[in-house]
Amino acid sequence: MNEEIIIAGFGGQGVLLMGKIMAYAAMMQNLEVSWMPSYGPEMRGGTANVTVVISTERISSPIVNSYDTAILLNQQSLDKFENSVKPGGMILYDPNGISRHPERKDIKIFQVSAASEAAKMLTTKTFNMIVLGAYLKTGSPIRLEDVIKAISDSLPERHHHLIPANVEAVKKGMEIVQEINS
Amino acid sequence: MADIKLMKGNEAFAEAAIRAGCDAYFGYPITPQSEVLEYLTAQEPHKRTGMVVLQAESELAAINMVYGAAGTGKRVMTSSSGPGISLKQEGISYMAGSELPCLILNVMRGGPGLGTIQPSQSDYFQATRGGGHGDYYTPVLAPASVQEMSDFVKLGFELAFRYRNPVVILSDGIIGQMMEKVELFPQQPRLAEFDQSWVTTGKTPDRKRNIITSVDLDSARQEKHNQDLQKKYQRMRENEVRFESTNCDDADYILVAFGSASRICQKTVKIAREKGIKLGLLRPVTLFPFPAEEIKRLGRQVKGMLCVELNAGQMIEDVRLAVENNTVVALHNRMGGMVPTPEEVYHAILQKFSIE
Amino acid sequence: MEKENLRLDEIIREENIVFKKTPLLTDKVFSYCPGCGHGVVHRVIMEVIDELGIQSETIGISPVGCSVFAYDFMNIDMQQAAHGRAPAVATGIKRCWPDKYVFTYQGDGDLAAIGTSETIHACNRGEHIAIFFINNGIYGMTGGQMAPTTLPGMKSSTTPYGRDTRLMGNPIKITELVATLPGTYFVTRQSVHTAVNVRKLKKAAKMAFENQKLKKGLSFIEVVSNCNSGWKMSPIQANRWMEENMLPFYPIGDIKINGNFVKRN
Ligand SMILES: Cc1ncc(C[n+]2csc(CCOP(=O)(O)OP(=O)(O)O)c2C)c(N)n1
Ligand code: SF4
Repeated sequence: MNEEIIIAGFGGQGVLLMGKIMAYAAMMQNLEVSWMPSYGPEMRGGTANVTVVISTERISSPIVNSYDTAILLNQQSLDKFENSVKPGGMILYDPNGISRHPERKDIKIFQVSAASEAAKMLTTKTFNMIVLGAYLKTGSPIRLEDVIKAISDSLPERHHHLIPANVEAVKKGMEIVQEINS
Repeated sequence: MADIKLMKGNEAFAEAAIRAGCDAYFGYPITPQSEVLEYLTAQEPHKRTGMVVLQAESELAAINMVYGAAGTGKRVMTSSSGPGISLKQEGISYMAGSELPCLILNVMRGGPGLGTIQPSQSDYFQATRGGGHGDYYTPVLAPASVQEMSDFVKLGFELAFRYRNPVVILSDGIIGQMMEKVELFPQQPRLAEFDQSWVTTGKTPDRKRNIITSVDLDSARQEKHNQDLQKKYQRMRENEVRFESTNCDDADYILVAFGSASRICQKTVKIAREKGIKLGLLRPVTLFPFPAEEIKRLGRQVKGMLCVELNAGQMIEDVRLAVENNTVVALHNRMGGMVPTPEEVYHAILQKFSIE
Repeated sequence: MEKENLRLDEIIREENIVFKKTPLLTDKVFSYCPGCGHGVVHRVIMEVIDELGIQSETIGISPVGCSVFAYDFMNIDMQQAAHGRAPAVATGIKRCWPDKYVFTYQGDGDLAAIGTSETIHACNRGEHIAIFFINNGIYGMTGGQMAPTTLPGMKSSTTPYGRDTRLMGNPIKITELVATLPGTYFVTRQSVHTAVNVRKLKKAAKMAFENQKLKKGLSFIEVVSNCNSGWKMSPIQANRWMEENMLPFYPIGDIKINGNFVKRN
């Protein structure tokens, strides 16, 4: 198994943290992982992306240009990465604010209305966790229990009261994700 | 139980510094290595091990703090990137001249000038040719994983003290910024007892003054000093060459790449092997001393070598010197923060060596 | 005259000796020009270290400048620093040996031009070290070029018509400047052109070392001195010129003691 994932969106959406939790959860299963961010002065509103590779073997390149999975969270990212998904791969995206939807026919496409769901949950901070939950339902190698462990391990002690809300958000994402071209 | 963590290269380096029993770190912020200082200040190593961490007012100050601290015989280090490393050359040259051990991390970004904060390997010449003024070398270790960002701290200090010489870890924005699984080595004590025969401690009646200096205006003595230094560098060449080879034994073609570029090439090797092309990868781990013998040996065996570098083609000069015209040596490179993909390198192989 | 007939060994007799070389100076002959203040300041510092009995706990840092080889003369552990970086080097040492005595010895070009940043920041961090700052108004070692402390109108090899403040700015009173920083605990300006002044410097130097035990901040001692070679004068002329021109601009006296400013009238 070798899964190459890109997560892209606006800075401030929690893209990097989502990738980190995925990598951490995969590590819990003794898988090999790498997490390579686009780095630099990232600002709210600017773009941010991270490449996560999860594998049963030692990972060669942490930088790739075609992906098994693309989690794309704004129009710019969708436009940029749709064609980098390998045939047979998949795109997970949030239709909120998207005017041109993905058109590929040779891949699976999943939708998760994470932004509107996060608004309902009264905290936009859980947006990335809802997306992460959705990803768990798309045939990912990552297990929910490891994600929960990853969340508590990556939050500093003083934020531990936020763990239940985040776990709830992950579960919500698992619930509301839809495959749209099956 | 093994202590396994998910960490950025820069963080792994900083954690390893604390665990290696480093006594003092002096640094100044610059992307893409600021996590080193940030991680260290967050960890409060003065509480964990008594290690000193100080944000200096400039790289010049930082390296000169290292110079002073190294004169006390302790394990000291600093880190920076291109523009800061240029400023530090003054101190590095002084330490080479006065034979002081220390560890310097360069997380390379693209230059020249302020350049870019994106990854690059364009400081290869600077690192492998000494870097500052005067005839000197420093051992240069090129990590290709977060694991090595940690492991090379220990190795780096060992080499620094074995040869009483600054040691450079030449990393880049990719290795510094990416997170991987890393198995951290257990905490080692800071040295309580160490060789103080040559260090500044305060002169006691039973010994002569200890003087740390690089200046000697007597040309004959200065020449002798230089000859001794050169002998030391020769010992490094004989004993400290390190490299890693992947699928080289039966290879028709060889990629030569270090650090992050070698990671990309590992994947290219896989791609090529799947297509039936016998491709191997030689990764120099020490850039000084350079694995010239091994490259020379491979040069007699293969039909061609491709150097893959994130610079204008710097290491290729050392490869060409090593192969002594026994094989064709070509270059595939990217600059300014651009990074080639494994497929791109694969196509470069096909094209440069006219493989059908 | 009768005296001239005395043989040397008749003069050098125990009972006649009123001046002895401090044991902490080596036997190496000073490389400084006759009449230069560097040698006197060296002697004062070594006497203080000797009298305090702290040779085995003291580390000195020599600069780049005429005193680059201070370690040839001072019989203590020393480290030679790059031009201007002595306060950073001292910081590195002091942070590694917090209980030892550490001092730098620097000229005005070293301390107030190329090393301004290191000076200000070591003072600002309140490193528990002593800085000895020899202000001779000129770059001695490189042949008498303008220093940041060169007086307005003063000639140097790079201000052959006198320092024009419109072109070159005004001399920096770096001692007053560092006194404004809370990190400095003791700031004073002294000189060594008379025996009385030498004694005062010695008192100040002693304080600078004793302060290190208190760990309350940095001690900064400026010594206004002459560079008779650079100024192109005889030692006597140079000291007179210094009194008439340097001292009015760089007045002698304590500026800050025990962290408090000293009132001046
Ligand atoms: C980086 C660097 N620039 C310039 C020099 C040349 N240099 C040596 S000594 C000196 C001036 C020293 O003057 P000062 O600090 O006033 O000391 P003095 O010789 O007067 O005691 C200069 C410019 C150097 N050694 N290093
Ligand atoms: S050149 Fe000036 S500072 Fe240097 S030794 Fe001579 S008199 Fe002293």
